[in-house]
Amino acid sequence: MSESSQLHISTFRRGVHPDEYKNLTCHLPSQIMPLPDEVFIPLQQHIGAPCEALVEKGDTVKTGQKIADSSAFVSSPIHASITGTVVAVASFPHPLGAKVPMIHIKRDGEEDDWVLLSTPENWETAPKEELSKLVREAGIVGLGGAAFPTHVKMSPPADKPIDHFILNGCECEPFLTCDHRVMLEDTDRILKGMAIMMRMLGIKQGIVGIESNKADGIATMEARVKALNLSFKIQPLKVKYPQGAEKMLIDAALGRKVPAGGLPMDVGVVVNNIATALAVYEAVVDGKPLIQRMLTVTGDAIQSPGNLISRIGTPFQVCVDACSGLKDETSQVFMGGPMMGLVQYDLQVPTLKATSGIVCMQSSQLKNTRHYPCIQCGTCVSVCPMNLVPTRLSRQVETGKYQDCKEWGVFNCIECGSCAFVCPSGIPLVQWIRVGKVKSTEQQQKLKAQA
Amino acid sequence: MTEENLPQAQPEQPETPKKPVKPKKDPRAKLYKPETPLILASSPHFHTRDTVPRIMWNVVAALVPATVLALVYFQWAAVGIILTSVSSALIAEMLVNRVKGESFTIPDGSALITGLLLAMTLPPSFSLGGTALGSVFAIVVGKHFFGGLGYNIFNPALLGRAFLQASFPVPMTTWTWPLTARYADVDGITAATPLGLFKFEGVTSELSGLLTGNISGSLGETSAIAILIGGIYLLIRKYADWRISLSFLLSTFLVSGAFWLISPESYSSPVFQLFSGGLMLGAFFMATDMVTSPVTARGAWIFGAGAGFILVIIRLFGGLPEGVMYSILLMNAFTPLINRYTRPKFFGEIRA
Repeated sequence: MSESSQLHISTFRRGVHPDEYKNLTCHLPSQIMPLPDEVFIPLQQHIGAPCEALVEKGDTVKTGQKIADSSAFVSSPIHASITGTVVAVASFPHPLGAKVPMIHIKRDGEEDDWVLLSTPENWETAPKEELSKLVREAGIVGLGGAAFPTHVKMSPPADKPIDHFILNGCECEPFLTCDHRVMLEDTDRILKGMAIMMRMLGIKQGIVGIESNKADGIATMEARVKALNLSFKIQPLKVKYPQGAEKMLIDAALGRKVPAGGLPMDVGVVVNNIATALAVYEAVVDGKPLIQRMLTVTGDAIQSPGNLISRIGTPFQVCVDACSGLKDETSQVFMGGPMMGLVQYDLQVPTLKATSGIVCMQSSQLKNTRHYPCIQCGTCVSVCPMNLVPTRLSRQVETGKYQDCKEWGVFNCIECGSCAFVCPSGIPLVQWIRVGKVKSTEQQQKLKAQA
Repeated sequence: MTEENLPQAQPEQPETPKKPVKPKKDPRAKLYKPETPLILASSPHFHTRDTVPRIMWNVVAALVPATVLALVYFQWAAVGIILTSVSSALIAEMLVNRVKGESFTIPDGSALITGLLLAMTLPPSFSLGGTALGSVFAIVVGKHFFGGLGYNIFNPALLGRAFLQASFPVPMTTWTWPLTARYADVDGITAATPLGLFKFEGVTSELSGLLTGNISGSLGETSAIAILIGGIYLLIRKYADWRISLSFLLSTFLVSGAFWLISPESYSSPVFQLFSGGLMLGAFFMATDMVTSPVTARGAWIFGAGAGFILVIIRLFGGLPEGVMYSILLMNAFTPLINRYTRPKFFGEIRA
């Protein structure tokens, strides 16, 4: 046996073990969804400045055509995901809850005309600036969920030297399997996408972090790394939630701790999701902007769960119907997994660039809604990956002590939900902490205004 | 690894886009649009099966071995005290619920635990009226005056016992031999506890008696083994913090050991200190009470160590032979302070 097959399985401290439910979809090859009849493309799908529409009602657009952009650096352009006519630029329901401006496009007939980006002859010799510009033009953002513009991540300031690139293949949320499927179906393109990103950063050391419940993924990746003659290290990780959180992953894979309030680049690391690497490859080599992605439609309320490749902006209802629809007793639908996902009240909302899954649940699976007073059991403290004291934070927020909760690290919370997951009293700890963040910021601004 | 062992390498992806696959017609297919509104809630949407009642009923289960041994050793006396204590606690809880106008909290099991734990700390010859009084005091004053479950500062059962100790000092320190003990020929013969014997008469007791519980003492504290079985169950299920139990026992052992090394004639051995009196019951069931002990890991160590230190000082130099109750109650009072000053270091925090 060689050394690589006996790799140490590493992890971070604390965390929880929710039931996985991944076997509903992890063995199902991805299916390309038929083109949707209409799409709703929000003007903001990323962290940073919102885009401004470049098209008007009545314009015809082609697949991949840029339809919105912003001059700000921290922003990412938006592209049409089908060929058709712009019906409206107006506010529609968004998965985050509010109505936001979107471009509503109706499909014209069956054709799917692509507008491709101009790509360099050979990315291995192309200047870094050109690659970075291409990644921006393709509208690529972090596809793991945060949707941070990738070209910004790829341009760290000069005083933050980067030495490691980590590809995030943890997929620690229950139910979701799209990263797992991408890893199996597009292995080479992911690895090449990773190589492109590492070239943009000018670094040599790359690690792919994969949880050990994806044994076939680890094996395939290892085999292809060898076959493609790459020097990436495939790092198996112990199955634990929230391993896919950037800070936890860096700790697990490299043993480096990102300073509280800091960013991965403070410890010389850039982390990107596995689906982002694929998007980068498709942009740089195929010239395809980011207009489709794989997402998992699953949960016990879905008739036949599956992994779909769908155009961005497709209404949830269309994705759900592509999986034979919902069962009668459906009570909750989330965008994302059950630990950090956002509940939806309307299935007309569109998928976003960062939508990794639609999870539909029946009431029998929902959390216990019976609440008890906090009995100070300290379980939340023992699972918090950020070493916070959630019970104290929630009580501080409840009693309006926003200054105190800041001192107790409310802003360090990554909202992974581990604390509320284990709380025997069913206290919505994460919700209190979110309130605390908002109120604490408000209070600070008020104090500043007075001063 | 040889070439053959390598997992099947996957073929190069075709550059042409895959053809759309039409979804299969599913006979169950029923394009459903939710007519009842979808439920909105904040993440996380998943939850472990642990609930407050589940924890409480597990503690009750862990007390079964000690309760059974109490019934064996003290028979009808034990039956009377346990039944009185538990039923008064439940009735008191129900009446308080009524007065406060809240839903009945008996199913959460916490009042039952308070009643049972109090019974475990009483001498077998104690009067039933006194038992009921202590139990009601524990629930009404010890628990609900502070705001009910989760808000009390002191362990309610211990507060009930402290109240009885202050009100009835003589009956609370009158001990009888278990009916199964070799000296028990007459009903209700009085005897000093091993700790009392050593403290006031300089007599040491055999370790075997301390372990099995065939000695004089309160109902539940006589057998170290029965308590250990239940206690270890709680530690395994993580319903009690092992740090508190371990540091309490360790600190008692070390502090009493230090005195023993200085003067073996005047101080009893640390092993005797460990297995006598209510230390086992205190270390596994009283000090680990979630509500009244610190939530942080460092806090748990401090809490246990402090309780052990206070215990030895009371046992060796105080006016009482036993000090588990006061040592835990004193540390309970420190718990909010300990919680405040033992904030864990944040992930990635650099402390100046």
